[in-house]
Amino acid sequence: MSPLEGCSQILAVVAALVAAPLFLGWVNQCRAWLQNRSAPSVLQIYRGLRKLFHKDLLVAQGASPLFGAAPYVVFGTMAVAAAIIPSMSTRLPFAATADAIALVGLFATSRVFLSLAAMDLGTPFGTMGARRDMMVGFLAEPALLMVIFVASLLSATTALPQISERLMTQSLTLSPSLAFTAVAFTMVLLAENARLPIDNPASHLELTMIHEAMLLEYSGRHLALMEWAAALKLFNYACVGFALFLPWGAATGTAGPLALLAAIPVLVVKLMLAGVALAAIETVSAKLRVFRAPEFLATAFLFAVLGLLVHVLLGG
Amino acid sequence: MPATLGSPLPTIGILLCAWLAIGLLGAFWPARDGGTRVLFPSGALIGFGLAVTAIHALTVLPPDAPGWRLVLPLGLPNLPTHLALDALSAVYLAVLGGVAAGVSLYGAGYFRAPLALPTGSPPGLLCAQYHLFLASMGFVLLAADAYAFLVSWELMALSSYFLVVTDHRVEAIREAGYLYLVMAHVGALAILLAFAVLGAAAGAYSFEALRAAHFPPGVAGAAFVLGLIGFGGKAGLVPLHVWLPEAHPAAPSPVSALMSGVMLKMAVYGMLRLCFDLISGLAWWWGLIAVGIGLFSALYGIVFAAAQTDMKRLLAYSSIENLGIVFAALGLAMVFQGAGMPLAAALALLAVLYHSVNHAFMKSLLFLGTGSVLHATGQRSLGRLGGLIHRMPWVAWLTLVGALAIAGLPPLNGFVSEWLLLQAFLYSHEVPRAFVNMALPLGAGLVALVTALSGYVMVKFFGVVFLGRSREAGQGAVHDAAPVERIGLVWLATACVLLGLLPAQVVGLLERVAQQLRVGSLPDNGAPWWMLAPISGRQASYAPLVFLAAFVVFVLLTIGAVRLIRRTRAVRVAPWDGGFGPLDARMQDTAEGFGQPIRQLFEPFFAMRRQLPSPFDTAPTYRVTIGDRFWDLLYLPLAGLLRRSSSLLVGLQGTRLSAHLLYGFVTLVVLLGLVL
Repeated sequence: MSPLEGCSQILAVVAALVAAPLFLGWVNQCRAWLQNRSAPSVLQIYRGLRKLFHKDLLVAQGASPLFGAAPYVVFGTMAVAAAIIPSMSTRLPFAATADAIALVGLFATSRVFLSLAAMDLGTPFGTMGARRDMMVGFLAEPALLMVIFVASLLSATTALPQISERLMTQSLTLSPSLAFTAVAFTMVLLAENARLPIDNPASHLELTMIHEAMLLEYSGRHLALMEWAAALKLFNYACVGFALFLPWGAATGTAGPLALLAAIPVLVVKLMLAGVALAAIETVSAKLRVFRAPEFLATAFLFAVLGLLVHVLLGG
Repeated sequence: MPATLGSPLPTIGILLCAWLAIGLLGAFWPARDGGTRVLFPSGALIGFGLAVTAIHALTVLPPDAPGWRLVLPLGLPNLPTHLALDALSAVYLAVLGGVAAGVSLYGAGYFRAPLALPTGSPPGLLCAQYHLFLASMGFVLLAADAYAFLVSWELMALSSYFLVVTDHRVEAIREAGYLYLVMAHVGALAILLAFAVLGAAAGAYSFEALRAAHFPPGVAGAAFVLGLIGFGGKAGLVPLHVWLPEAHPAAPSPVSALMSGVMLKMAVYGMLRLCFDLISGLAWWWGLIAVGIGLFSALYGIVFAAAQTDMKRLLAYSSIENLGIVFAALGLAMVFQGAGMPLAAALALLAVLYHSVNHAFMKSLLFLGTGSVLHATGQRSLGRLGGLIHRMPWVAWLTLVGALAIAGLPPLNGFVSEWLLLQAFLYSHEVPRAFVNMALPLGAGLVALVTALSGYVMVKFFGVVFLGRSREAGQGAVHDAAPVERIGLVWLATACVLLGLLPAQVVGLLERVAQQLRVGSLPDNGAPWWMLAPISGRQASYAPLVFLAAFVVFVLLTIGAVRLIRRTRAVRVAPWDGGFGPLDARMQDTAEGFGQPIRQLFEPFFAMRRQLPSPFDTAPTYRVTIGDRFWDLLYLPLAGLLRRSSSLLVGLQGTRLSAHLLYGFVTLVVLLGLVL
């Protein structure tokens, strides 16, 4: 591992930890603007985290150790996931320990722990949220895996940095199979991150919430970690999307330290555009009933399958 | 290689005979407890020895050697018993020994408790049946001629039948046992015919002769189909699966663990032996049938598992799912081998072997966990359990390991085999056939769906049994597993963790099977010992040890940093009740509730009968029963046909002696006419 690789590795994790709340704040700000509301500061998520970290920790009676462990596990998996996603540089030594399939597995691990923790107290909201979240999860996971499958077929590897590099060296012509899978990926991103139209991050209405229902019993530092992990998850998904569909601008194998520095503003621009797009999608769509979620995600899966078929038919 | 001084074959034979001896000792044990306290732990020791010997044999066996052989002058005249040990049987012997070690230790505690057997067989008899079952599975793996194989296979089926009907005074259990016996014999018949077809073409019944023979495509195909019926029925592939969710829950939990964990793997072993070793000249597209049936069984099994409310039935359906995945991988390996893609075929075969090993350990662990719950609470129904993590923490945390593993989550073992299978599927678009290369990659999507669903099922299973609040009052006397039971559980859980954390070592061992069967081998790419990179480091790599270490370091740093900000102890408060007064245990989501989205999404799979209350009922009841469509579509019509045809024959069965004499006379005349 060269010093440059070490630097890009540390930068990937630190940047994710720092930028994730900012990105979420930016999405919220864009949403407020698009909806003609006065927008909260982009730092608002940070303020919320700071407040939560300084609050007392309340734990419900009858909670098992699993309840207290889950925030750390969820936060830890998201941070490890950030270490293998080539957001700014494809020279990530740690990325060799887990490829794109393992990344899907990591996301699944955090989801399972979150759901188990929500079931720990036996409260109606927690168990209902856990059930719904697992339902969305088992529908979204195959779609996400098919997306990664298509990208892996295109680049003959399942390692994310290598996928990114291969796609970067292609000419700028849009591959039709990638276009289909990009749509599928966007739909999965919305579902997995509890965004509209599957879940409303701003709602605490009992009958409709999914992600928030699982967090109802959390407070203080536990809640802070869970919220931070949710922001990290959104950031990670966005960066996976960039790695698969917009890899240009990241520092590659042969580039020097300057390329790494240059990759930072590129990522910022990508994130800002993605935030605007996300806010726009959320503004124009209405929340679906819970039982319409399978149709939504089946559509995502079909788009990914279409991408696959197009790839096989056109011979790559 | 003949049986020389260095051959491990006699050692393994002696170990299996030691199991038989323990069984005999148990049957004639003077004390009433049948020597459970002594005999089961010694059986576990033998299992451990067996696993060590088998793994050692696997490491010393040269990759291109055929293995060790031994001919015993036992059996029918001029038909000696052939035994052989090669890489394939060594892998499954290691599984048998390793799982048996854990289950027997657990059984030492489980079978000792008197309340386990209020209505069942005496402990001494149980001990005899149990060890006969273990030894017969060992002989299935060692047998090297069709005759010895079938005798061991039948011994395995019968001994497990008697174990299933341990509680034979319960009618439902007798019925389940009967169904199992019938299905096991339909399967055994198909296997017998498969060997008969091969043997008739080759002129001999020893595996050596079958291996050397070359079969015409028709014979090979017929043997494959018969083998798929026989072994697939044993593995619980749809539509021959109906016995599995009845028989596995009926048996005592250690027996369920062995049946699901090990006996189903014997079917995988038999199929591998048949398809990759004995039958030559098998057309590649037979593999597609295995892929199709396997994937359908996997989806069918997991969907039914999600709808179950009995914890042991849930696990039994999950076994159908896992064996479906194994058979799909097996079919994929056949397709790749036929298409001349040795690397992809080796990957798929490794997925078969790795998933067999994994499932053996995780499913045994889960079944033993349910055994402890059953012992402690007397309940199998998910609707009456809950909150057991507080009362039985050992069982709960160890079961969690099994549940996470079977859900295919990194860094545990279930993920590794799923990863290998998906890597193999990545080659499926290179199969040089139109349409096949488009349809096969979709199988990867199905595998992903099944894995994600198994995560759902495991959250349901663990969450409803161990988390939340106790759903039934009167669980005051709930106790954790006994110390010797804990050792057994810890052994199995450790195996799950190690199989997950050291995939490169395990794959290194399993690869010898692929080499021996001439399926293919993985390139030597100089990956470090902690990294699994079957093809090349740049193409796909997975190093669970490193990322687990990074995860642990990061979590520790987070805990430190959080404490640095503010150091407070947690304050215990009542959970939030939404402002409507205190919560009670009946407000929790139930197992039925967890099954509801699945029932709605996969409605065509189920034969559902709903009984809804009318608005005017004073005591409204709501009942929904979920049936298996294959009963209505296949089994009941078949049974009806049998009954009708036998009722036709009943008319012939008069009570008068003269009529029967007449039948005899007519038969004689007809036969004489045929002969002359």
